[in-house]
Amino acid sequence: MEKLFDIAKVLRSKNSGPFELTMDILFDSAEKYQRVKNSNKITTEMICSLYNIPESDIRHIVFFDPAMGIKITILREVSSGTIGDRDVYGAQQHAPLMNILID
Amino acid sequence: MGNEIKILSPCGMLGYGFPEESFLRGMKEEPHGIVVDAGSTDAGPHKLGAGVSIVSRRAAKKDLTIILENGIPKKIPIIIGSAGGAGAQVHVDWTMDIIEEVLEEMGLRAKIAIVWADIPNDLVMEANQQGRIKPLSPNIPSLNEEVILETNGIVAQMGHEPILEALQKKADIIVCGRAYDPSPFAAIGIFHGKDPGLSYHLGKILECGALCAEPGTTKDSILGIIGETSFKVKSLNPKRSCTSISVAAHTFYEKEHPYILHGPGFTLNLEQCEFKELADGVVEVSNSKYIPAEQHFIKLEGARKVAYRTFVLAGIRDPILLENVEDIEKRVKQQVSDYYDEIPSNDYKVNFYNYGMNAVLGDKEKEVFRGHEIGVVIEVIAKDQELANSICATARSTFLHFAHEKRKSTAGNLAFPFAPSDIEFGPVYEFSVYHLMEIEDNPFRIEYR
Repeated sequence: MEKLFDIAKVLRSKNSGPFELTMDILFDSAEKYQRVKNSNKITTEMICSLYNIPESDIRHIVFFDPAMGIKITILREVSSGTIGDRDVYGAQQHAPLMNILID
Repeated sequence: MGNEIKILSPCGMLGYGFPEESFLRGMKEEPHGIVVDAGSTDAGPHKLGAGVSIVSRRAAKKDLTIILENGIPKKIPIIIGSAGGAGAQVHVDWTMDIIEEVLEEMGLRAKIAIVWADIPNDLVMEANQQGRIKPLSPNIPSLNEEVILETNGIVAQMGHEPILEALQKKADIIVCGRAYDPSPFAAIGIFHGKDPGLSYHLGKILECGALCAEPGTTKDSILGIIGETSFKVKSLNPKRSCTSISVAAHTFYEKEHPYILHGPGFTLNLEQCEFKELADGVVEVSNSKYIPAEQHFIKLEGARKVAYRTFVLAGIRDPILLENVEDIEKRVKQQVSDYYDEIPSNDYKVNFYNYGMNAVLGDKEKEVFRGHEIGVVIEVIAKDQELANSICATARSTFLHFAHEKRKSTAGNLAFPFAPSDIEFGPVYEFSVYHLMEIEDNPFRIEYR
């Protein structure tokens, strides 16, 4: 077992527009990417539990083979930069993904 | 056309700065266009709402001086996307003022095209009544009359079409209001007859400057080269190089989907893309597909003022206080509202952000707090500034002297780094319009100067 953070080359979050948050997990080898993809750990259930959100808040979970990357896009609770927002650029929302354990 | 078309992107945001040597290396490649993005919604709704820029005037002028003094004498078209930070009239005027100043100081003359992106509120109102407007995602409320009337300066993201027209009219400088970030780059490729899929995908890569290289940064130049069936991306700084991973990763960057990218009047499908690393740190990309839309929608952006803010920043080191800080904050809030019992509770709101303890993720934080100190931001949001200031002052003094159980530090609970402690922040905005509007006629007016 290894943490997702240790396997990934890039693990980041950012706004995709003011109403959505997108997380990118990228790898530097096809082997690592396939290992994470085949582990079936990056699932709707996992993301809902880590971010404490309902399934309807998930826009996409996409595995993109040519770029050896996984993209997760969720709806923002509060739009970027207005009252109650805690992360205007959405750049620190990736942390809960770091400790996902991969076989 | 079998020739290659080269586009120089000086940096990811006009005013972010770039090493002049990188830019000059790009100039030696004899580019067909110098294109720089100047706007973003990243910094929140304030730029659009308040009509201010992201970078300082000094920084924008510094970058523009290098670009104009090199580009204008060589007759290389210069395009600025989303001028002034948000691309509304006030932002374009701000940019034009700097450009005119630089041209005058350098004794240069140029034909300037301005592509305005402002969409009058009554047009939006009419489109909304006719059911031609829809929200971009399910968490965006539908538009109504009140929201449209309260929104300040609605802009639409332009595609390449009006920029192309300005290029055909031989403008030396094209200053765009709000533009879809890749459009000003794509316009150069399309102007020279290149494939729009390749042109737009390259635009997506170039608009952040050297962020697609490794190590990535928005504060350095990058070169894009479009051929017949592929495009290449090349770093202009020997300290960085493009790798197939860095370029593929950048295709992902801040988009909601990794390979389906929606733009004004089209969708870009990158599912079959190939990212090939050539020997010299240059990456070649092929198979980017441009699919024209059947109905033409433009993305509208608008911001409205929702409140006023005052805040105070303080540190807490006392372990007894830290142990109970969330409970104490609730009680501080209660005391404030008891004190101001004549003020309706809807007129203001007190928020605490405990930096060091769940401030970033809020309720979603699962990690257990282990620190020995935190920074607290007491934020007061109110319907006017005077109220925000008053409530903040009361909340601050209440917290400072709050007599919690087991307390021994009876002199004060908060460490203020600054005097005065309270910061009057001014208006707070929200993106009130972030919708698609169906259009038939081109709404982007071009003005030549």
